[in-house]
Amino acid sequence: MADTYDLIVLGSGPGGYVSAIRAAQLGLKVAIVERERLGGICLNWGCIPTKALLRTSEVYHYMTHAADYGLKADNVGFDLTKIVERSRKVAGQLNAGVKGLMKKNKVTVVEGVGALTGKGKLSVKQGGGTVELEAKHIIVATGARARDLPFAKADGKRIWTYRHAMVPEEMPTKLLVIGSGAIGIEFASFYNDMGADVTVVEMLPRILPVEDEEVSAFMEKRLTKEGIKILTGAGVEKIETGAASVKATIKGKDGKSATEEYSHVVVAIGIVPNTENIGLETLGVQTERGHIKVDGYGRTNVEGIYAIGDVTGAPWLAHKASHEGVVCVEKIAGQDPHPFETWNIPGCTYSRPQVASVGLTEAKAKESGRQVKVGKFPFIGNGKAIALGEADGFVKTVFDAKTGELLGAHMVGAEVTELIQGYVVARQLETTEHELMETVFAHPTLSEMMHESVLGAYNRALHI
Amino acid sequence: MPIEIKMPALSPTMEEGTLAKWLVKEGDEVKAGDIMAEIETDKATMEFEAVDEGRITKIAVAEGTDGVKVGTVIALLEGEDDGSGESTPAPAAKESEPRPSPEDPNKTGSEAKAAPEDVEDHGKPADSQVAGSAAPASGTPAPQRAAGERVKASPLARRIAAERNVDLASVSGTGPNGRIVRADVEGAKTGAAAPVASTAAPAPTAEAAAPAPRPATIPDVPHELTKLSNMRKTIARRLTESKQQVPHIYLTVDVELDKLLKLRGELNAGLEARGVKLSVNDLLIKALAVALIQVPKCNVMFTPDQLVSFGRADISVAVSTPEGLITPVITEADTASLSSISTRMKDLAARARDKKLKPEEFTGGTASISNMGMFGIKQFEAVINPPQGMILAIGAGEKRPWVLKDGTLGVASVMSATGSFDHRAIDGADGAQLMQAFKQLVENPLAMLA
Repeated sequence: MADTYDLIVLGSGPGGYVSAIRAAQLGLKVAIVERERLGGICLNWGCIPTKALLRTSEVYHYMTHAADYGLKADNVGFDLTKIVERSRKVAGQLNAGVKGLMKKNKVTVVEGVGALTGKGKLSVKQGGGTVELEAKHIIVATGARARDLPFAKADGKRIWTYRHAMVPEEMPTKLLVIGSGAIGIEFASFYNDMGADVTVVEMLPRILPVEDEEVSAFMEKRLTKEGIKILTGAGVEKIETGAASVKATIKGKDGKSATEEYSHVVVAIGIVPNTENIGLETLGVQTERGHIKVDGYGRTNVEGIYAIGDVTGAPWLAHKASHEGVVCVEKIAGQDPHPFETWNIPGCTYSRPQVASVGLTEAKAKESGRQVKVGKFPFIGNGKAIALGEADGFVKTVFDAKTGELLGAHMVGAEVTELIQGYVVARQLETTEHELMETVFAHPTLSEMMHESVLGAYNRALHI
Repeated sequence: MPIEIKMPALSPTMEEGTLAKWLVKEGDEVKAGDIMAEIETDKATMEFEAVDEGRITKIAVAEGTDGVKVGTVIALLEGEDDGSGESTPAPAAKESEPRPSPEDPNKTGSEAKAAPEDVEDHGKPADSQVAGSAAPASGTPAPQRAAGERVKASPLARRIAAERNVDLASVSGTGPNGRIVRADVEGAKTGAAAPVASTAAPAPTAEAAAPAPRPATIPDVPHELTKLSNMRKTIARRLTESKQQVPHIYLTVDVELDKLLKLRGELNAGLEARGVKLSVNDLLIKALAVALIQVPKCNVMFTPDQLVSFGRADISVAVSTPEGLITPVITEADTASLSSISTRMKDLAARARDKKLKPEEFTGGTASISNMGMFGIKQFEAVINPPQGMILAIGAGEKRPWVLKDGTLGVASVMSATGSFDHRAIDGADGAQLMQAFKQLVENPLAMLA
C-alpha cells in the first residue's frame, strides 16, 4: 500500500526543500525524497561550505597583510584539516537547520533514491527495500552535477571537481583550474590566497564570460596582480595523471601547445543536469539539451509532473531554484503567481575581489537595439572603501536612455555581493534613474557608490 | 520588417485568454482568412484568422498558455518582400483585428442600441451584459478607481506611458495590489480612452478582483483541486459584483398556465408541418419581452449618473453548460414571432453547450430570464446580471389547488415567477407592475401575439 501525498518533491536542494515548505504552508500534505543529505549540493557541497573556505582565505590574507593596518602578526600559518573541518561544520549546521524546517512544517522526509514509476507514482529505494509513494503532483528537483572532461575523469586524487576541491587532504602546490566561471574563479582565489601557484585556463576570450566585459577585464588584471596566471582563448588538450603530479597540455591563444606539470587540477567547466534513472522516460517527460522542458510555472509536458532548479536549465543558481519552486507550488495550490522569469536574477562570485551583477551587460543592452547611458564609479572615490583598505573596484550601471530603466548593474570589489540586492529591488519595483538619484544613501558606506554610479550615467556624479 | 501578431480582443470585454491551440507552425505560409489558432476566452473558444499574408517566423506564445493578455505578441509574420531578422523591433506593428469591434459601423442599427459604446457615452464604462463576460473592455478597465484616487504605477510604467501617450487611468495593473507595471502599459493601446476615463463618475467602490478570498488552509479532508476556467472566474467575479453592488428586490407572483399550455398545444399542432415545436419557455420569453415594453420603467439599465431606457426588449436566456452559466440573447423578442424565438433559442442553446457562441450572441440583452422548472424547483430568486435592471426566475409549472374565477376550489396548472429588480433603477411599484403585466400576458396569452 503506497503512502499518498498531495505533493512529492524529488530532491531537497534549495529548490526542493523551499518548495516543500511553501507547499506545507499552503496546506498540502508533502513528502520530500533525498538520496544524500537534506539541503542538497548548495548547503552541503556548494554555496555554503565554499563561502566558509573563502572566509578563511580572506582572513588569512588580512593576517599576512596585517602591516597594512598597522598590526603585527608573526608566524602566520594555517592547519588545512581545521580549515576543512570548519567548512564541514558550517555545512552540518545548515543541514540540521533544514531538517528542523522540515519537521516544523510537517514535511515527511523519505531517505533514498527516488524514481518515477508512473503517473503520480514514485518509488524510493532504501538500503534493501523499496518504499512506494503516490501524489497528484510531483516536482522533480534533482539538480545537476559537475561536467567531466571527456579525456580525464575526476578521480579525487589529482583531478578534482568542486566537491573534492572543498575537502582537500593536502594543499596543492601548483594548481590548474579549468574553467573561469564563478566556481573556477572562487577556487582559484581561495587556493591562491592560501599560497598555491594557480593557473586558470578559459576557452573563451575572457574570464567570467557571462559578466560585463569591463568586469572580466578588471578581474583578469587584478587576479594577475594577485599572482594567478590566466590563460584565455586556451584549451586543455591532454591530461596525463602521474602518481604525484599531473601533466596538462594546453593550446594557447597563439595556437601553440605547451605541456606543464601541476600538483592538482580543478575541473569547473559547467554542469550536467541529473535527469538519468529518475523515470523521466517512463512518463515521456520532454527534455531539451538534457534539461527538463518546463513552462513559467515549472509544468512539464506531462500533467502532474513539474521540474524546477538546475535540472531545468540556466541560470544554475540556488536562488533561481527556490523562486521557481515557490511559483510552481503556488500554481499547484490554485493561486495565481506571476510566472517565473529570469530577467532579474542576480549573480555573485565570492572571490577576492568579489563580483556581483544583475540584468544586461552593456554589450547585451546595446545589442538589443537600445540607446544606453552608462555610469561607472570607482572604489577609489569612496571614503569607506579607502578606510577599509579596499580601494580597488567599481560599480557600473546601464540605463535605457529613453525610459530610464535600469537595464543592468555590474560591480567588482569588496562586499559587492551584499550591495547588488539594492539594484535588484530597484529593478523589481521598476524604478527609473530619477528615483535612484532622489534616494538618500548612508554615509560612509560602500553603497554610496551605487548612488554615484547612477548619477554618473547622467553626468552628475559628485565625487569624481 | 516582421509583422507582430498580437493576442486579439475577440470580444469587447476580453482582457486575456487562453491560447488553446495553434493550427499553424513556424515556417508555415498563411494568407488572410486562414485560421491560425484557437483562442479560448472567458466565454467561448474562437478561431483566430490571419489578416495579413506571409510566413510565420516565430510562435512566441506556446499553445496551452493561459492568461495571455490582449495585445501580447503571440507570433511574428514575415511578409513576402521582407527578409529582415525576427528580432528587429517592429514599432509599426499592426494590431490584428480579426473580428468587428463593438464600434464597428457595420453593426445594424438595432443592435447598436444596447452596445457598449452607447453605454460609454452616458458616462458608464463599457461593460458586458452577460453573467459571465463582463471583464471590462481592453484598454478601458478603470471603473474600480474613484475619481482623483491615486493611480498605483511603477515609475518605469509612468515614464513609458507618458512617452506613448497612454492614459494610466485606463490601464489595469497586474502588479501587487493592482499596481501598473511596465508590461501593462506596453500592452495598452496608445492614447486609450482618455476622455472616457476623465468623465467617468466615481464608480461603485467594491474591488472587482477576486470574488472570494481563498481560504488560507484547505481542511484536512480528501479533496481534489480543479483549476478555475476563465469562464468560472468571470462568473464568480460578475455575480459577486452584482450581489455586492446591486440592491436586489424580489417580487413573486403565481401564474395560471392552463390557457398558455392550451395555446401552445394548438400552435404546435399548426407548426408541426414547419418542424417547429414551441416550448413553454419560448412563450415565457415572449411574455417577458412584451411585458417589458408595456412597463418601460423596468426595461432599463442603471449607470452612475444616467438611467438608460431601452426601446426594445432583448432577452438574455440563462443556459447551463458543463463549463458554467451563459446567457445567449434573443434580440427583439418583443416583436419577433414565436417560431423565430423558438428556432433561434434551439440553435443558441446548442451552440452554447459547444462553446461556439460568438461574443455578440451573448452580450447586450436588456433583461434576463432563468427557468429552473425542469428541475422541479418551485420558486427561486435569481441574481441580476449586471448592468441589466432585472431578471425573471421561473419555477416549475405544476397542478395546484387553485381558487377559480367563480370562487370555488379547483385544480389548475400554476407556476411561481419571481422578478429580481435593481432597486437603484426600479422602484418596487414599477417592478410589481411588470410582474402583473407578465402574469396577465401568460394567463391571457393571445394578447402577446397581438
